[in-house]
Amino acid sequence: MADLFYGYERPDGKVGSRNYVAVIPSVVCANEVVEAICGQVMNCRALLHHQGCCQLPPDLERVTDTLISLACHPNAGAVLVVSLGCEGTDVDRLLAAIEQTGKPYNIVRIQEIGGTAKAIADGIQKAQRLSMAISGMQRKAFDLTHFIMGIKCGGSDATSGLASNCAIGYVADKIVDQGGTVIFGEVTEFIGAEHILARRGRTPEVGAKILQKVEEMENRAKSLGCDMRKGQPTPGNIEGGLTTIEEKSLGAIMKSGSRTIEGVLEYPEMSRGKGLWIKDTPGREIEILTGMAASGAQCITFSTGRGAPQGFPILPVIKICGNPNTYERMSDDMDLNAGRIILGEKSIEEVGEELYAKVVRSLSGEQCKGESIYYSKSMDIWCMGPVI
Amino acid sequence: MSERKLAVQVQPIDNVASIFAEVNAGDTVEVMARNGSIDPIGVHEEIPYGHKLALRDIPKGETVLKYGESIGIATMDIKRGDYVHVHNLDSARARGDWKE
Repeated sequence: MADLFYGYERPDGKVGSRNYVAVIPSVVCANEVVEAICGQVMNCRALLHHQGCCQLPPDLERVTDTLISLACHPNAGAVLVVSLGCEGTDVDRLLAAIEQTGKPYNIVRIQEIGGTAKAIADGIQKAQRLSMAISGMQRKAFDLTHFIMGIKCGGSDATSGLASNCAIGYVADKIVDQGGTVIFGEVTEFIGAEHILARRGRTPEVGAKILQKVEEMENRAKSLGCDMRKGQPTPGNIEGGLTTIEEKSLGAIMKSGSRTIEGVLEYPEMSRGKGLWIKDTPGREIEILTGMAASGAQCITFSTGRGAPQGFPILPVIKICGNPNTYERMSDDMDLNAGRIILGEKSIEEVGEELYAKVVRSLSGEQCKGESIYYSKSMDIWCMGPVI
Repeated sequence: MSERKLAVQVQPIDNVASIFAEVNAGDTVEVMARNGSIDPIGVHEEIPYGHKLALRDIPKGETVLKYGESIGIATMDIKRGDYVHVHNLDSARARGDWKE
């Protein structure tokens, strides 16, 4: 028997683990209106960010592409776009892409309707209708071929590469073997370990692409003419025993498991196929979680040692902690204790099975700890150029 | 609770191990290899939880190995049992401060 989860089937065939109205500002200047709407209407989730204006054209295209991918995410049963009116984001292209999904959607235009207060009132009414329209949807059983798992490690210490990342790697292999999709990123944290990943590429071209992405990231890091240390590894990583980026990377890639890497996704891209994929992202949580959500991930497994609390507005982010002391201190944020591997009480496989079971239950609606306290406002879109 | 001070050597060629205990000068750390064998090493300085000790002498300029791979370069002569961290181990990557 294949393992099943209970999800929401969307008109485009994708399956969601949650059923929200995604309220999306097309530009940072619409955030206030979006937050007011979400504070009033049930089941709305704000996808706040700080982009969409006074950026170079490739970044504006990247912001539009990322917002499209988020709007098309299966956990968004409906979408409300909030536009200021003079932004650089391509709102027409965003709306056309949402139309293609067949999901209910609407738009609020702040300048056109006559200001913030009127836009909030308009948005509340439109969001209410969208929320009620999707509120009766029922979950149905699906196998894991419909599942895309994002993976991430943050606030790493020396336990991460030996415990929590290994447990995620075990789950990653298990999901790939069932025909699912797994996506990992943090290209900065491939530096020093990229030769191992490149060998796992499906084709020599995939291997070359991995090396190219790492070289681009390393060159960006070097461009300010300083040692990257303190930026990566962070002061917390260093205090946790990780001395160099190479050491951090070699531990970080443990969470990718052992399967063949099918290809490399650009940051805004939606998932393109089954199996294990890399997404081009930096290591910082607020940008990588957005990148994983843009892939269409319905759940993210997140490993930590120091105690990273981040969540994401429209999907569960499951925390697995490799450091037994951190788990004790922060057990209201940490979903699973992989520190038992360090203490010798449990094997990687045993904790991996616990994590796998938690992932499948979360897909069917069980909350994770960050989600239950609505840790969701710290997100952004990774852009490459300057603000101008 | 066991008072054993355990460290983990991930791969046989590694010349450092991560310690999962608070270690003080004079303590003996039991370094566990992948095959379960134990190598006791006397430590002569305090080493925090999760940090590394040297399993062999590592001359200045030599590669420091963990996971069977390079994690950087020794910036001074390191002796077996020494604490290995930012004071004697430098990254060789993303060094914008190094002239090409």
